[in-house]
Amino acid sequence: MKVLWDLFATFFRIGAFTFGGGYAMLSLIQREVVDNKKWATDEEVLDYYAVAQCTPGVIAVNTATFVGYKQKGVLGAIAATFGVVLPSLIIITAIASALVHFMDYPIVQDIFGGIRVAVAVLIVNAVITMGKKAVKDVLCVIIAAVSFAVSLIFPDLSPVFVVLAAAIIGLGTMKIGGAKQ
Amino acid sequence: MIFLRLFIEFFKTGLFSIGGGLATIPFLSAMGEKWGWFDEATLGNMIAVGESTPGPIGVNMATYVGYTVGMGEYGIWGAILGGFIATLALVLPSVIIILIIARILKAFKENKLVERSFYSIRPAVTGMIATAAVAMIKSAVFTKGGNNILKMIDLKALILFSVLLIATNVKPIKKLHPIFFILIAGAIGAIFKMGAI
Repeated sequence: MKVLWDLFATFFRIGAFTFGGGYAMLSLIQREVVDNKKWATDEEVLDYYAVAQCTPGVIAVNTATFVGYKQKGVLGAIAATFGVVLPSLIIITAIASALVHFMDYPIVQDIFGGIRVAVAVLIVNAVITMGKKAVKDVLCVIIAAVSFAVSLIFPDLSPVFVVLAAAIIGLGTMKIGGAKQ
Repeated sequence: MIFLRLFIEFFKTGLFSIGGGLATIPFLSAMGEKWGWFDEATLGNMIAVGESTPGPIGVNMATYVGYTVGMGEYGIWGAILGGFIATLALVLPSVIIILIIARILKAFKENKLVERSFYSIRPAVTGMIATAAVAMIKSAVFTKGGNNILKMIDLKALILFSVLLIATNVKPIKKLHPIFFILIAGAIGAIFKMGAI
């Protein structure tokens, strides 16, 4: 029970004190999980991170699940995951309920008018960063371009289909690459 | 039943959004489009809040969307329940998947098929986020309506967009946390009255 509480409390702290998720969380996770609690080695955390990145879902949540599972099985995984998610639930609910009341004020509208421009810039930058890492050859360029075009032309098409189609194309072209070698 | 629909939509998002928080944006965008839960401008606000508050962005967004949808239907308690359900649904698939993978971590990491799938999924996700970027630019920089595209550009927003895009890609400044740019843009929005787009 003590370990479960410890897992919950540690990941609650991680969830409450990191902004931005993903890589921003890595250093805090390392400090708490590796240095303070000695629940995992640096290498293990990097392994979790690597797998968390190429499995579906939120990276921080996946890492919490991993560490919790390693310490205390399925219950540990649930405790750690709940811990990392709870701060968001509380904070966002509080902010959202405050914003509902203020959203109609002209000044708040003005502020968010400016903020939306910043968000557009941040997303453009995310595309550039991800593109540099993800687009490795001509096939990747084609997949990225087609996904862009398809999701632009059919805005209510579920991204699920695009993800599945991309996976199939990747696996389908695998043998051709192997045969050439 | 709105909560069941929320659960299904976010379960799908959790199951198929690969590559972290921002990968959920195409799903949220499609969700808003499909069910009419929110428009691009509201999504932009939610992303801004999700990026500037503690916690993983994907989880923050799920809570916020769930809150918004629940609020529209059942008021404050519906909002709280909606936030909880959306978050639970987002997290559930990855918890299940990680619990399976945790037992076979090494084999999974070195599996050629897995590696190859993600090699082709990542550019697809990048392409879809690019679409989200286009939609976000449209909502932030262009005014609604009208048929002359040049007249629809909001000049103040376009200038802010260009300045921020350059600033966030110049060496010493680009290291700053996104919250910094969000706060500055908010202040500029207030000073130059940018709400009337």
